[in-house]
This record gives sequence, structure tokens and C-alpha cells, in this order.
Amino acid sequence: MPIFIDRRLNPKDKSLGNRQRFLRRAREELKHSIRDQIRTGKISDVDAEHAVSMPAKGTSEPRFDDAKDSGRRQHVLPGNKHFAPGDRIAKPSQGGGIGSRPGKRVSEDDFRFVLSREEVLDLFFEDLELPDMVKLNLKEIVAFKPRRAGFTVTGSATNINVGRTMRHSHGRRIALKRPKRRDVEAVQQELAALEEAPPNAATHQRIAELREELERLERRRRLIAFVDPIDIRFNRFDPQPVPNANAVMFCLMDVSGSMGEREKDLAKRFFVLLHLFLKRRYDRTEIVFIRHTHEAQEVDEETFFYSTQSGGTIVSTALEEMRRVIDERYPSSEWNIYAAQASDGDNSVTDSERCISLLDNEIMRLCQYFAYVEIIDERESHIFGSTDNGTSLWQAYSTVDDNWPNFQMTRIAKAADIYPVFRRLFTKQPTPQKSG
Amino acid sequence: MDAGTSGLLFSGSDWDFATLSRAHDAIEKIATEELGLDVYPVQMEVISSEQMLDAYSSIGMPLMYRHWSFGKHFLYQELLYRKAGRGLAYELVINSNPCIVYLMEENTMPLQALVTAHAAFGHNHFFKNNYLFRQWTDAGSILSYLDFAKSYITRCEERHGLAAVEEILDAAHALMEQGVFRYRRPPKLSSEKQREGIRERLEYEERSYNDLWRTIPKSKSGEPAGEAESKIAERKRSLHLPEENLLYFLEKNSLILEPWQREIIRIVRIVAQYFYPQRQTQVMNEGCATFVHYTIMNTLFDRGQISEGAMLEILRSHSNVVFQPAFDDQRYSGINPYALGLDLMQDIQRICTEPTAEDRDWFPDIAGNGDWRETMLDAWANHRDESFIRQYLSPRLIRKWRLFTLNDAANEAHYQVASIHNERGYEKIRSALADSYDVGTSRSDIQVVDLDLLGDRHLRLQHKVRDGIVLEEESRDATLRHVRKLWGYDVSLQGVDAETGASVYECSTRQIEE
Repeated sequence: MPIFIDRRLNPKDKSLGNRQRFLRRAREELKHSIRDQIRTGKISDVDAEHAVSMPAKGTSEPRFDDAKDSGRRQHVLPGNKHFAPGDRIAKPSQGGGIGSRPGKRVSEDDFRFVLSREEVLDLFFEDLELPDMVKLNLKEIVAFKPRRAGFTVTGSATNINVGRTMRHSHGRRIALKRPKRRDVEAVQQELAALEEAPPNAATHQRIAELREELERLERRRRLIAFVDPIDIRFNRFDPQPVPNANAVMFCLMDVSGSMGEREKDLAKRFFVLLHLFLKRRYDRTEIVFIRHTHEAQEVDEETFFYSTQSGGTIVSTALEEMRRVIDERYPSSEWNIYAAQASDGDNSVTDSERCISLLDNEIMRLCQYFAYVEIIDERESHIFGSTDNGTSLWQAYSTVDDNWPNFQMTRIAKAADIYPVFRRLFTKQPTPQKSG
Repeated sequence: MDAGTSGLLFSGSDWDFATLSRAHDAIEKIATEELGLDVYPVQMEVISSEQMLDAYSSIGMPLMYRHWSFGKHFLYQELLYRKAGRGLAYELVINSNPCIVYLMEENTMPLQALVTAHAAFGHNHFFKNNYLFRQWTDAGSILSYLDFAKSYITRCEERHGLAAVEEILDAAHALMEQGVFRYRRPPKLSSEKQREGIRERLEYEERSYNDLWRTIPKSKSGEPAGEAESKIAERKRSLHLPEENLLYFLEKNSLILEPWQREIIRIVRIVAQYFYPQRQTQVMNEGCATFVHYTIMNTLFDRGQISEGAMLEILRSHSNVVFQPAFDDQRYSGINPYALGLDLMQDIQRICTEPTAEDRDWFPDIAGNGDWRETMLDAWANHRDESFIRQYLSPRLIRKWRLFTLNDAANEAHYQVASIHNERGYEKIRSALADSYDVGTSRSDIQVVDLDLLGDRHLRLQHKVRDGIVLEEESRDATLRHVRKLWGYDVSLQGVDAETGASVYECSTRQIEE
């Protein structure tokens, strides 16, 4: 009889280490292809598996290989039907055909495979420079909280439910007729009284009876425990997903001519990050896209990112549109409202005043959080750096920033600058927001 | 289950360990008593399909060090399995002692029986008895060696970083084909004890390393030492060059490698050497295993130990495995070693028992000797594909397969049919087919021919160009860069025509920009 070993239950991901090494090697290229997919795909699709094609660079395995198009060879083939020696057969034009085995290596360097959600997020996070804690937070799927869920017969001592346990114990004592202390004491008293009284034959017998009775009662009390392991009940806790309420995310963007491809791409990553955050915290997240030039309108994602519109720039129109949508569909009593605005900072001076008043008087009261990024050129980032002077919108929003703790703003020139605007969101330990 | 009373080994398609064991014992009885097979003890391991994919991607070994290329192969195999609907092998067998056979849990019981006969007896016998495996691999120690290799490389990764280890492995993998001894026997694997000793010594050297030693003035004999060294180099050259095993040469002679890097190259080299006999005996190995399972399953069926339904399933899998489409078929992808192997074996059986006049003419020493078992055992033990085909491919089989040869010159627009299955063609087809299984001619012959240790340490490789077949340039240059990485100095490769000795091409890492 041979030795049998059942390996089915062995850990399965034996090749995980190899996969990680492979992904690390192809990291740059995979990052590009994920970034392209994020650029062209929907914001909410980021948080899922993605299929990518085999990276070409760094994954080839060279060796000394014969050149297919050189030299003289002889092939031996089966299945001759009508050839005679000396016959000529035209070579097939390209690839495959007679004598050439379909090269496994050719196809092995060219196929698509699927990256898991975690791997996609890792690649997405890479140059956003998120702190590790935040990455962890975003990758975690649902938060669980232990909740009371009835009773159980097993558990740790700290979870003993005394009331329940005692009730069981009581019932059992009644059912098994455990002698009460009162009964025992009564017998003891009578016994003591008789023993004190002058002895005679009748009391003598009574004493013997009582002694026997007392012993019987006490034995029974010993046999039937006051609290038996069988009575003990523990509180049971069930991990339940934290009840998250609804959140709506407003994406506001200036789409006038001054916003080019680069600006839109940065803006998109800014929105994606906020969306990832919201998705972790809330059961249901909705996204509203509002674009504006000198007038604002609510549009779908496609239009938001890809169509251009000509016109001037009046930011307040977008804020008004946002207020209108909130009034219409997202009462702040039921929705957590988050807003993210991206712009290059252009605005007319008079309108900036209006923006301040709109924010101060209405919108900031409704919002959980309002994040503003101003997308600037890399060269400008040296000039502006940390100074307060800047575009008119920046100056206007600076005053709002002073008044409202839930308002955040920053200038970004590259992807790594995005995170600071969310810093407060992520550093605050998430407390589930209940609706109502 | 009423298997006991009806004489059936199993019924239905479900299996459990008791049934597996019963089938194994029945098969073993036939294999050893009637076919005269001689096998290593068997260890059967049941695995899931995912684990089978794991094993696939790490070149079929149960333990393997980690490398990104295995991850890439895994993705590819997974894709084929999931998307293209390609089935996985039913089994995987490892040339080790005890012989490890993987069974997939998804297999039905008839398949498990088939696999047991095929792998646990067919392949197992071949591994234990074929001269190539006996001489060139060490079945007893391969698993413990791989265990050592895996943990050694993990330790290197911890100590020197993933990137440094990966660089060496990449380079060594590129030279794997040139990393085997083809003509002289490789040294035996050192025992665990010795390896432990080597490691301890290296660790001791590292611990006792003191930078101060460097500052101590060299002895006065510094100058003459150079001359002595040159003499040693001369002698070395006269002793060891040309060297066909590039990895061995680099491991022993590279001037820039650290001890741990040499050890890694050694590991890759030993793995390559371990698989070398398998590449030379594909047709025979599969032919032997297929013949064994086919014979045993039929015997069991004849004795009423396998039901008709199960036999039908077995035959269906069997005929899938030995399917050989003709060259002009869409599905043609070369000669199927299972089909060719099985046909060769059955043909030997036929020649031994019912020879024709033609067979008596071609195979005077075995035709009609009646003892096909002994004849076959002898063939399995003493041949590799190339010599086996040269010896045993009969005209009848050439006719059955309708084999023909095509001449293919790269500069012509046509193939030319050279020989077909007729009197004049038999010999030629036989030797052409045998040549195509000769690993010695089918892989590029690249050797170290010269190096100048005293000058610029330029390493010269020579490629013997046969029949004008040169190397694919892009991968050639990339591989040369890898050689340079291991050697540390410039490397050049010269293509020399094998017959005339004329130079065909020349390239050097100096010309190839990094």
C-alpha cells in the first residue's frame, strides 16, 4: 500500500510570493495602465478588479534562441497524403503552418490578466503618498462592530450574563427539589430544641428521625449544586456591519478652456480619492457632477470629464447649482454631504465675494466637508509655495477656510499634493454618521 | 459498495482513500509480477486544481525558490485553465525517491486508476531504470536539495535584498540551457552535511572579517605572484577550456561574484541538470507510461476488475491523450510524444510476437523472440529518444504514420519534400526523426573558448553554427548582457560555422548598449 497524503487543505497561495515579485517587477508599467484605466473609466470603478495586459518591459526571459528565419532545417511530419519526393510546397505566408510549432513563448508574453482590488488600489495610491494608516483604512472593506445577539452556552468568563444564569439555576433547583436553606434550618432548630429538652423515649426517636432527615437534606444540597455549569449563559456578540448612512459627493469643476488634460487628470484623481473614502464610510454613496463655466449645470460623468465648453468663469454658479440640487434631492437631514471642488483659480473678483457669502451663509452649514483644490502649474508651485497671495478665488476661499474647520483647501501641481487636502478627513477617526 | 463480492475494484466515479489503495494494490500486482516493473516506493498526494497550477508554474516541483518568472507562468497557466478551457494534467510525477505522484481531486475514480498506472508505475519505473536518470540525477536527494535551495535563496533575499538576488537569478535563468554537462557526468549532489559545512564556513568568514587585514602591506612576493598567476591561468585554460557549461564556468571562474551569488548560480545549474534527462527522454518516458497504463487497464478489464462503464471512460481519456492530428490539421502542433511513444512500444511488442518478413529483415535480433517484456525493459533502461528511435522505428510504423521529411531552407520560398514512406525513404526518415530528438543538436552549442585573465579579462564565447542557423538577435544580445553581469567584464560571442570553421557573425557587449 502506498503512502497517501491529502494536500488539499494545505495553504493554497503558494505562488503568492512569486506573483508579488512579478507585480513588483512590472510595477511601473502596471501603474501606467491602471492610471490610464482610471483616466478613462468611471470614478466608482476604481475600487474593483482590473484586467491589464502583460507588461512588455522587464518581463521577458531572454535566452540563446535559434532565429526562425535562418539556415537549413529538416522537418519530419506525419500524415502524408499525396506528396512524392521532390515535390515543392509553398511556405505559408506568416506564422504557424507546416513544421513550426506554435511558439508558446510568443503567446506567453502577450496576454491579459486580472489584478485584484487590493493590487489596483496599491498601484493607485502609489504616488499619492498616502500615509500607511490611510491606505489600510481605504482598503478595508466594511467596519464591524460587535452587537448583543442573544445568549450562548459558551464564551469567556467576562461575558457571563448573571441574571440569565441565576434564572436557569433557580429553575433547575425548583425542578430537582433542592432543599431550601429554610427547611434545613427548621429541622436544625427543632433538633436543637429537642436536644435541650429532657430526654425521653419519644424525643429520642424524634431526634434520630430528625438527624436522618437533616443528613438527607444536606446530602441532597451537596448533590444538587446551587449554580451548575449547565445554568451558565454568556452574552453573545455578533459582528455587525456598522450602520452607515447615505452620503452624497458633489464634484465641482471648472471646465473652461484653461483646464487642460493634465488639470482634468489631477482633478479626477482628487475626486477618486474622496470617493474611495466615502465608499468606506457609507452604505450608499452617490456622486453628483456639476461643471461650470460662466454658467453651471449638472451632468453625467462622461460629459463632466470629456466634453469641453467655452465661456467665462463664474464659480458661484456652480455653488448655486449645488445648493439647488441639495434642496431638491439631498436633504441634509438624510444625507451626509461632501463636496470637492477643482479649479484653476480663475474667477472674476466680484463673483468671489458672492462665493464667500454663499459658502458662509448656506453651503458650509449643510456640508460635512468641503475640499477645494487649485490646480496650478509645476512652475507656479515654486512661486506660490505656501504664500497666501494667489488667484482671486484662492484669496476668497482663504477667508472661508479661517471660519470653517470643515473647509480644506490646497494647491496642487502633482499627484502627491492631493492628499494634504484630505488629511483632516483621514486623520479623524471615523465615527459613523447616523442619519436623522 | 459491493465491490468485494462482484470482483470490481470500484464502482461509480467517486473515490476515497480505501478505493485508491485497493486499485493501487491491484495495479501494483500486475505491474511488478506480470510486466516485471521495478519502481521506487510511491507517495500519492491528493491536491486541488489550484495547487496543480502552483506546481505547474514552478516547473513541476513541489518546492521551489521564489522568482517572478514563476509568477508570470502561473498567470499564464491560470489564464489557459480558466479562459481557454484547457484541462490540467490529471497527474504530475516527480523523479524522486520515494516517487511523488500528484492526483487531482477532481479526477473520477477510473481516472485515478489510470493515473496510478501511468505515473506511479510507468513513469516511476522509467525514472528508476533508465540509464540517463540513473547516472545524471539523484532521485534520493533532489527534494532535500530543493528544500535547501529554497531556504538558502530566502535567506539571501533577507540579507542582500530582493533586487540583488533577482538580478543573479535572472541572469542564471537566461543561461539555464547552457548550464548542463552534456558529456561528462555531473558531480554528485553534496550531502546535507557538506552543504551545512560550506555555509558555516562562509558565515564564519563573514563574522571574522576584519577590514584591517586589507591595510596590512602585501608580502614582497607581490610582483612574481602575477607571473605565477599567469602560469596558473595558462594551465587552467589548457585544462578546462573550452567549457560547454557556461553556468559552471561562471560559478567557478567569475572574478566578481560573492560566495552567495556563486551558490545561487549553482542552484540554478543543478536544477537545470536535473531536468536534462527528462528533455532527452520525452517520447520514451511518455511511451513507457502510456504503454504501461494501457496494458494494465486492459488486463484489469479482462479480469473483470473494472466495469465496462469505467473502462469506457478510461479509453476515452486514453485516446484523447494519444491523439495525433496530421500535419495539415488545424490542431497539429508537432508530434505528440504520447502517441509516438505508445506506437513505438506496441510495435516492439508486435515485432517480438508476430514479426513479418520485413521485421525479420530490419530487426533480426528481436524479431520473433517472443519475449516482448524483456525486450522492452531492456530498451527502456538503455536508450534515450534519439537512440531509441534510431533503433526501433520500423518501416511499418513509418507507413502507419505516413511520415515524410521536408527540407526547409530559410532563403527559399518553398519547402521540398525529401523522403516519404517508401523503401528509399525509411532509413532517411528514421534518422531525421531521431536527429530531431537529439537535444545535443537541437539546442545551440555555445561554449567558453578563451579569456584573457591578465589583460582586459575579456570572455570569449563561441557558437558553433550548424546548418546556418544563427541566433535570434534581440534575445541573444539580452542574454549576453546577462553573461556580462555575471562575468563582470566584456563578453563577446562569435558564431563559427561548424563545418568550415568560418566566422559567421560576431558580437560583443561593447557594441550592445545597456
